[in-house]
Amino acid sequence: MEVTQVLLNAQSIDGAVRRNAEESLKQFQEQNLPGFLLSLSGELANEEKPVETRKLAGLILKNALDAKEQHRKFELVQRWLSLDGNAKSQIKACLLKTLSSPVPDAWSTASQVIAKVAGIELPQKQWPELIGSLLSNVHQLQANAKQSTLETLGYLCEEVSPDVIDQDQVNKILTAVVQGMSASEGNPDVRLAATRALYNALGFAQANFSNDMERDYIMRVVCEATLSPEVRIRQAAMECLVSISSTYYEKLAPYIQDIFNITAKAVREDEEPVALQAIEFWSSICDEEIDILEEYGGDFTGDSDIPCFYFIKQALPALVPMLLETLLKQEEGQDQDEGAWNIAMAGGTCLGLVARTVGDDIVPLVVPFTEENITKPDWRQREAATYAFGSILEGPSPEKLIPLVNVALTFMLSALTKDPNSHVKDTTAWTLGRIFEFLHGSVVDSPIITQANCQQIVTVLLQSMKDTPNVAEKACGALYFLAQGYEEVGPSSPLTPFFQEIVQSLLTVTHREDAGESRLRTAAYETLNEVVRCSTDETAPLVLQLVPVIMMELHNTLEGQKLSSDEREKQSELQGLLCGCLQVIIQKLGSSEPTKYVFMQYADQIMGLFLRVFACRNATVHEEAMLAIGALAYATGTDFAKYMPEFYRYLEMGLQNFEEYQVCAVTVGVVGDISRALEEKIVPFCDGIMTQLLKNLSSNQLHRSVKPPIFSCFGDIALAVGEYFEKYLMWAMTALQSAAELSTHTAGEDELIEYTNSLRNGILEAYSGIFQGFKNSPKTQILIPYAPHILRFLDGIYMEKDMDDVVMKTSIGVLGDLADTLGSHVGPLIQQSVSSKDFLNECLSSEDLMIKESAEWAKLAIGRAISV
Amino acid sequence: MAPHDLRRPFKRAAITDQQKRRELSLLRQAQNRREAQQQARCLASSILSLQSPVPESEPEQSDIELENASETEQESGALSKDLDVRRASKLRGPEARNWFARQLMLPEWMIDVPDRLSQDWYVFARPAGKRCFVVSSNGTTVSRQRNGSILHHFPSALPAGAKTRDGSGSAQSYCILDCIFHELDQTYYVIDIVCWNGYSLYDCTAEFRFYWLNSKLEESAYTGVMPYVKDGLLFYNKHAHYQTGNTPLVLVWKDEDCSQYVIDTDSKGEIPSQQQVVLELQDDRKLVTSDEPPVLFGCLDGDIIEKSGLHSGNLLRFAISDGGLSFVDGKLEKADLNYLGKANRARAFADTYSKVLFQFMVRHSPLKIDDLLASINSPDDQENNSSDIEMLLNAPSRVTTV
Repeated sequence: MEVTQVLLNAQSIDGAVRRNAEESLKQFQEQNLPGFLLSLSGELANEEKPVETRKLAGLILKNALDAKEQHRKFELVQRWLSLDGNAKSQIKACLLKTLSSPVPDAWSTASQVIAKVAGIELPQKQWPELIGSLLSNVHQLQANAKQSTLETLGYLCEEVSPDVIDQDQVNKILTAVVQGMSASEGNPDVRLAATRALYNALGFAQANFSNDMERDYIMRVVCEATLSPEVRIRQAAMECLVSISSTYYEKLAPYIQDIFNITAKAVREDEEPVALQAIEFWSSICDEEIDILEEYGGDFTGDSDIPCFYFIKQALPALVPMLLETLLKQEEGQDQDEGAWNIAMAGGTCLGLVARTVGDDIVPLVVPFTEENITKPDWRQREAATYAFGSILEGPSPEKLIPLVNVALTFMLSALTKDPNSHVKDTTAWTLGRIFEFLHGSVVDSPIITQANCQQIVTVLLQSMKDTPNVAEKACGALYFLAQGYEEVGPSSPLTPFFQEIVQSLLTVTHREDAGESRLRTAAYETLNEVVRCSTDETAPLVLQLVPVIMMELHNTLEGQKLSSDEREKQSELQGLLCGCLQVIIQKLGSSEPTKYVFMQYADQIMGLFLRVFACRNATVHEEAMLAIGALAYATGTDFAKYMPEFYRYLEMGLQNFEEYQVCAVTVGVVGDISRALEEKIVPFCDGIMTQLLKNLSSNQLHRSVKPPIFSCFGDIALAVGEYFEKYLMWAMTALQSAAELSTHTAGEDELIEYTNSLRNGILEAYSGIFQGFKNSPKTQILIPYAPHILRFLDGIYMEKDMDDVVMKTSIGVLGDLADTLGSHVGPLIQQSVSSKDFLNECLSSEDLMIKESAEWAKLAIGRAISV
Repeated sequence: MAPHDLRRPFKRAAITDQQKRRELSLLRQAQNRREAQQQARCLASSILSLQSPVPESEPEQSDIELENASETEQESGALSKDLDVRRASKLRGPEARNWFARQLMLPEWMIDVPDRLSQDWYVFARPAGKRCFVVSSNGTTVSRQRNGSILHHFPSALPAGAKTRDGSGSAQSYCILDCIFHELDQTYYVIDIVCWNGYSLYDCTAEFRFYWLNSKLEESAYTGVMPYVKDGLLFYNKHAHYQTGNTPLVLVWKDEDCSQYVIDTDSKGEIPSQQQVVLELQDDRKLVTSDEPPVLFGCLDGDIIEKSGLHSGNLLRFAISDGGLSFVDGKLEKADLNYLGKANRARAFADTYSKVLFQFMVRHSPLKIDDLLASINSPDDQENNSSDIEMLLNAPSRVTTV
């Protein structure tokens, strides 16, 4: 097959020609995969072919080796590994050959493909000669071959994990890369490629960074590269420093002074891309030290794996003035531009992180700057002064901040209404929000908001909601935190007198013509949600009045006909906000009997609206509508059965949504809500639901985080339907047993342990629901054969010693449920288990009340089971 | 290998409201699941309403039940206390009265405020009415008063409290609830739980027993409006097991605002001008309370014993004369007693020391609600602020008659 012409046609502007070509390529691939890949690699390597076909050939090759979706990627890896060895050798030879091509598009594509092949083969101990042959290229004189090889090494380090390559080869790679970076390298392209390669190779350099001489050498070369005359090299070198700051934090002490000098100079004098990286270095150090100090705080023992070197504290007197200077370099319009990122924004963000790292120490360094600039005629100075103050509100102690805030509050409220500049108002509203977020509410002893100023605060914020969208959005945010601070205020909230006015103003905001800008509409609905959540019984009648209002809004979104895809997306987003708001209202009103009773008059209409929201889409369900339905089912109880015939298909659709796994997870949760609401009335829908849930469990396309909730959901269903669960028992138990086996043989990373525990919890909740569901049924006998496995599972969990409190509670509860339901049939079995002795005793003396309760229950149930 | 994006969130909150909505939903679901589980474990049956009477089931069935019941009893002696109750339920007349009279846990009267009142004690408003046991077993429910006599026979929704159609009521299944019968609405209010569905709770702490009752209440026990007539406040120490007889770990306290019966009345329902006490006469003429060990109030004149034909074990009524009660170092030193006559025959016990003292204090220098509240807010308790008391307030659940 003449592949060149097909590849040309595949890029034709004529749609028919293009489709035709794509079809031929597809056929070729299906009929003869090795031949197909071979001719693509041949095309890529052939210097006589046009550059555009060579590039496309390389891209198709790359896509034949890797995909974004996990399961697809896995398939492609398997396919490559099972390909004929001879063909693979030829393909790889073509790829390596292309690296010496003078055509940049060709070698650059080849280097990416080589890295993909390496990503598959090196972990299998295949292609052992790759690194050797790449390294021999570096010593060629030809600059482009050097460049392409260094780039390949960079990609390779990005693709494969460090444990796949032995230290000897790592040393050689690093030597080649660092040599390429050094000042003696005359070709700037080669030096840039080397610097970027080092960025990816840093993760391989663990051993080298532990060796003083090697580390000194690498650090010296990186620091030198930050002084290169070429801006791209300075930027790439600075990026390396950022990466080193998090990967090798504990090795930085000898270099930190030099790095400070380099970064300070870059922040003050260099071009923005370099300056931004320089600021990022310090932000990244803050991230590290915040983590370490948080770990210190966690258990007062002071032994973290990595000690804190207090770099930020030491650099503080020089670092803070440098960051304050950046605040004055704002860009006009940055607050309206979603994608904006500049030195003032980076500097301000870093200042906030510094405040969180050092706490009180930052206050005296920032306050004079704020005081000096806040009344200046130049808006930049006033904005910078306000931003600096807003940045330090998280970190320092309330005792230190409250006196300052008490003085600043009046000024801020006045600036928010009177300052002529929109930037200043934006930052002022944001700062007020930070004040309310961190210094208002039950955590603070002396309240900053009193009867005297509450009215003024509300008035100013509502007034600002009429300002430009970005300012109004920040005002909504401030109101959000104002409401949040009164969450646990008791039966009477200081916001009660303003409740109606606040709700009205927020609704007005959602109707603004320009509410689509600066996230304004979203912010207004989110604030409305928080105001409702934190409302008290006093305002429950007003929340009830809100129900028909939001329903009408939702109704209006359903009226539009024939929408463009852009309009459809906006409609869906608005529906999401409204469903979210209804969900919050339902949950609020449903939590107390009198309001729930009144609310229920709307249930039919609301459900009708939700069903129409679902009907707006073809293949997916609306996550927010699903969440709202869960809340509605809980409030409605058994009566929810009347909605099931219509709702069921969307429930199924939600469970089938593997791509948006959040939607699937939310739907699984709603199945639980519905089971509890309907009890045995869910039976007619169980076949469909259980089949889908079992399918989901066995799928490797579904995100693993959804699996534990599916097990819990088994328990919910079993508890609801009782002995009717018998028909699913065998399938459910098989799935549970294999998951249980999986979850006992894990050790290692924290993240894995966390997942294992959530899996165990799901399994245990399933067992609990099944046992309790079968209790008092004549069919309890059929559970007896499962008892030995379950007891072994419990014993196993106890022995592994890595369970969390939740698992401890559910485990011991399952022991009780098993004894309660199976009684004397399993008495001897229970007595043999470790769980019924050491585990139970440990739980009985636990300080966690929930664990203790479950244990007391288990003790009683066991006592009865073994005494009879 | 393009430069990496290093933008960080700018002027943005750490989590979005959508994230918050998801998390709150998960939280609600987890809580609902837990409640459903508890209910299944019978831990949350707060209102036990009675079923309407079920038609008489065939006599053979109930015979079978009885046989089963007696078999199990013989086989197992492990849960002796509970089985005692079921055996006792077969006792008749005075024997039964005598037995049941000794099974209730009886509160002492609060004569001073215990330490850590807000942390370690539950409080609820005691419904006015007759204290009794409600026992369900073998398909029927019986209530017995403090002195052991039967108050009512009725079918109830308690496990084994009524005959069921399929006769499936297990022999292990029975309940013993500690209740107060409130005449006005003919309701049994459950104040404590001794056995539930065969599970013995004698050896569980009050904290756990109340968790089974699961009856948290928001409003204050003292001022709040209850669905029943209040008769003082009952305080339960969280850590106390169910212990028969008098215990200082349950305390009763009253004032005029929360009880109509603060000062004891005589048989005509009138408040006597002098406080009256009932004491037990011992062999050596000593007059003692029903406490364990008994507290000595004085000795009775030999003449009176002879004249009135009294003998040891008699319960006698006295008035406290103007001399009153005198104390030295907090201990009773002398009581100025004036013999009135034998106590009512229905009385099973003499008064307790704490009752006499409480009545004495009520007449002279009562313990006020402010003293209780002051203790709660005292520096000792400062770590838990006063709102915590509300967390511990409980209202009894109900068993309603048909």
